[in-house]
Amino acid sequence: MGTRYVVIFVVALTASVAVLLTGFRQITKPVADRNEEIFNKRAVLSAVGDYLGEGVKVGNLEDDQVLDIFDKQVQQVVLDMQGNEMEGVKAEDVEMAKEKKKPASEQKLPLFIYEQGGEKFYIVSVRGVGLWDEIWGNIALEGDLNTIAGASFDHAGETPGLGAEIKDNSAFPRAFKGKEIFKDGEYVSVNVRKGGAIDKRHEVDGITGATVTSNGVTEMLYRGIKNYMPYFNSIRQQSMR
Amino acid sequence: MAETLEKTAAKTAEPFFGKKEKKLLTDPLNDNNPITVQVLGICSALAVTSLVWPSLVMAIAVIFVCAFSNLFTSLLRTYIPKQVRMIVQLVIIASLVTLVELTLKYLNYPVYKQLSVYIGLIITNCIVMGRLEAFAMANKPWRSFLDGIGNGLGYGAILVMVGVIREIFGKGSLFASSPFEWKIIGPSAEYSIDTTTSYMFGWYANNNLMVLSAAAMFIIGIMIWIQRSYNKKLVDVS
Repeated sequence: MGTRYVVIFVVALTASVAVLLTGFRQITKPVADRNEEIFNKRAVLSAVGDYLGEGVKVGNLEDDQVLDIFDKQVQQVVLDMQGNEMEGVKAEDVEMAKEKKKPASEQKLPLFIYEQGGEKFYIVSVRGVGLWDEIWGNIALEGDLNTIAGASFDHAGETPGLGAEIKDNSAFPRAFKGKEIFKDGEYVSVNVRKGGAIDKRHEVDGITGATVTSNGVTEMLYRGIKNYMPYFNSIRQQSMR
Repeated sequence: MAETLEKTAAKTAEPFFGKKEKKLLTDPLNDNNPITVQVLGICSALAVTSLVWPSLVMAIAVIFVCAFSNLFTSLLRTYIPKQVRMIVQLVIIASLVTLVELTLKYLNYPVYKQLSVYIGLIITNCIVMGRLEAFAMANKPWRSFLDGIGNGLGYGAILVMVGVIREIFGKGSLFASSPFEWKIIGPSAEYSIDTTTSYMFGWYANNNLMVLSAAAMFIIGIMIWIQRSYNKKLVDVS
């Protein structure tokens, strides 16, 4: 077997594998993309999971219902870092993973405003790092822009049973409900404390054995929610007038 | 070695599913288990087994990849140039793993999200490549396919067994984060953070060691010990 044969064989094999995989990807793409869209929207809605109506849970919603709620009750806003609304972009198209890599002043911030029974909920997206990889989440704030109405978290590769509990153990995101991000008018975010919350209004219990992930969540929330402050301040000023 | 015996026997007439074919499936389950006897694929056996559900999906994915990479390598075995054979094997494995990923994305996106890290790990699983080198390069497609399934099963069986032990004692549940989660043992209500779930036996404090990878090392070690103490074939005579 000469060199020529080796080259021809390798090129032929690689080409046919490439064609095969690309073809398969193209065929499955529409369904896969829709699955991804529903998955992401479900994550946003699960932050306001307690306010979807009587007896409605995010887990029980059909795929079409998720899209329907998003069309009718969710207003999508994209903000720049100065807190101005941007035209022509939808919040669902903003990928936080890509925004993170841009310089701080050019990042876009997705904001979902969910309305239910005349009440407004502001759902912000945050992203940070855990122990092994990135973690991210959606935090819903009540109309007062201080009290947390709910949260949902996800991660790329935290340890199952330890760091992964931020998502797998429903008690963790639920602990954020009712916490306040302002203390005496000063922004403090919500702290995930190792060994258990001391200040019950601004802290939640950390996860045993997952200190780094817990600290990652604290850091992510502090920085992530802070980005939205210029916009929230302008809303507050408007409502005061 | 069993492999060389297979090679000579292949020259005579082959039944479709005879004794030898059956042995290809059952051998890796006990006498030639990839994990407990050959000590291959330990990395993923430590990494994914803290819960049963990821272990199970991982096992199924490895069975698929192992069987079909064996089949394709065996079909191509006379054409693969010896100089680049390992790279060619790697291409076959990697494309099958990508295929698994794409299929999961299409069929069940949440499961894909949950397991995408582990699925990628299959490429680095020594069992798959080990079987291609040791068996598929020298045997006919049908037998190679069976050998792949057998080794995948042998690997998966250990994975699920370790997963069950670790999850029950580490988390007090079975199949957590899957559609059919099942709470078995756990702390009694007054000590539990999560007050919405109740356990069948409410007196157990979860053992955090079981959640860490080190626990899998102990469990696999004990499994090897038990296996060797009843299976005399495995005891080193030297």
